[in-house]
Amino acid sequence: MRPAGRGMLDSLYFKYPTFPARRVPGHESGQEECTVAIVGAGPIGMTAALTLARYGIASVLLDRKDTFNDGSRAICIARPSFQIFEQLGVVEPFLAKSLGWTRGKSFYRGKQIYQFEMPHAPNDKYLPMYNLEQQYIEQFLHDAVAAEPLIDMRWQSDAVALDQANSHVTLRIKSPFGEYNLDADYVLAADGARSPLRSLMGLRLNGENYEGHYVIADVRMQHDYPTERRAFFEPKSNPGGTVLVHKQPDDIWRIDYQLKPGESGAEATREDNIRSRLAAILDDIGHKGTWELEWWSIYTANTLALDDYKHGRVMFIGDSAHIVPIFGVRGLNNGLADAFNAGWKLAYVLNGWSQSSLLDSYTPERRGATLDVFANAGKSTRFMTPPTRGYRLMREAVLSLALRHDFARAFADPRQMQPYTYADSPLTQTGDAGDGPRLGALAPNVRNPDGTFLLDGPAGGFTLLTFAASDGPAIPPGLLADIKARDPLFRILECGTQSEAARIYSASAGTTFLLRPDLHVAARFPSPEPDALLHALDKAMGKATS
Amino acid sequence: MKQSSPMPFTDLERIYEKLAGAIDRAGPERESLMLAKLVLALANHLGDAVAVEACIDMAVEDLDTTEGRAS
Repeated sequence: MRPAGRGMLDSLYFKYPTFPARRVPGHESGQEECTVAIVGAGPIGMTAALTLARYGIASVLLDRKDTFNDGSRAICIARPSFQIFEQLGVVEPFLAKSLGWTRGKSFYRGKQIYQFEMPHAPNDKYLPMYNLEQQYIEQFLHDAVAAEPLIDMRWQSDAVALDQANSHVTLRIKSPFGEYNLDADYVLAADGARSPLRSLMGLRLNGENYEGHYVIADVRMQHDYPTERRAFFEPKSNPGGTVLVHKQPDDIWRIDYQLKPGESGAEATREDNIRSRLAAILDDIGHKGTWELEWWSIYTANTLALDDYKHGRVMFIGDSAHIVPIFGVRGLNNGLADAFNAGWKLAYVLNGWSQSSLLDSYTPERRGATLDVFANAGKSTRFMTPPTRGYRLMREAVLSLALRHDFARAFADPRQMQPYTYADSPLTQTGDAGDGPRLGALAPNVRNPDGTFLLDGPAGGFTLLTFAASDGPAIPPGLLADIKARDPLFRILECGTQSEAARIYSASAGTTFLLRPDLHVAARFPSPEPDALLHALDKAMGKATS
Repeated sequence: MKQSSPMPFTDLERIYEKLAGAIDRAGPERESLMLAKLVLALANHLGDAVAVEACIDMAVEDLDTTEGRAS
């Protein structure tokens, strides 16, 4: 919602573009074909399209609106998402515009009770978190989409019907120039929390709804405070509730505040009430100057997910598959991981390098990530919006103890998003990896002596990361040919046994890792033994084995 | 009192959740009775009167700011 007198897209700092509808071949013949149709051109749909394009796969990207999202307002981009943006070649504008941060503080009744530093080591290329308004996230991705010949972007194009056959999916597309059928080999549903495709297919999200409400609001002000996450429990300005404060670019500040149990959402979101609550909060955080109200909304926490993220040739990515609480910044970041995961797998199948069985790993990996989020987010949500008197009393008890005692302070930790480890994935080698990165984990990056990073670079194929003493190649040439025959994009990274990488990966001479295109660890070997390596590669490429 | 807990945080979280549920089951009329019984049971289990007295003192601290807020 916006203040009286301003239109829905009338922002203080962002000019929403208007994208015209286009006449396309389908309008002439009533029927058109494509390889992949992506429904929803938000951050998740655009990231999926860019991922497919990186692997040479063309897509038609459809969105029923004529501009970027106004309702969804993600602001926190986590390190693994920056790594995805780098692999897609789009990270530069994000780095230039966003505000990176590593620290957060929690206060109880005005006194600081907790400070957290997110893990950040010299071997990490990117900071743990960056704040950027979703409009810019979409703009930067769209700039890349518009420049990509393999992506056919169609605004004002609404998918109003879906019919699935064995060999393809037919979407009925409605646009200002008329309706047409679009036959796609595969469909990616990136159409958001209220996913029309999900409804068209008769699918439902399952899980829990929480009752507590938060108002989220953006204000513009000159406020001198570093980029940190601040959480105020029981502040003077919102007794009985919590306030969260985040800094964004362009002097925009995100204020989230918890409503009291039973407080009417309709009443709380009236502009005069928003203004008086915000005024009290800004006074409380020591802001003396003027401020302007940009936008506000109301939010209720949910942990909801589809039971299966893939139905035939339709894959659900992002909020269409799962709705997670905002506390812990997992909505956008998990959606981006969905898009990249679905993207490279679909590309491997469509390029003929993998069988379609590779796609069966999408649900266990990404729904597994969602369930992991629920386990964590459930805890933080019960802390941030206590659902019962028991939880309210426990939170009060913990915060009161935290004023003086360390043992109670970790409850105030926001449990920020960590990348999920695909330990139980059908693509991941079973067994114990030893001391290095866990099997299925996102491979750790390493700063090279020349300042570059081990895992820099565009999205590619599987990587064989080998450790050898300085003399002689570690991988037999015959094996290389066998690998190349399976994955034409395959690459080798060779490291010395005295390197920083060897330390991070707990590697000695002969140690070899197989990394997937999304840089998760598929397998680890004490030496590059051909049979074992090819078996692991087949498994990681989704080939039905054993 | 300066104390570092011997209990891993994940266990403390379990207790947090279990206790929240127990308070709800007891209901507002009976929650104080339930919590008092809990302290006595824990004290008996622990067998260390000095430690329990110190914990009671710890619990009494800062009540002036928390009183009556959790409803």
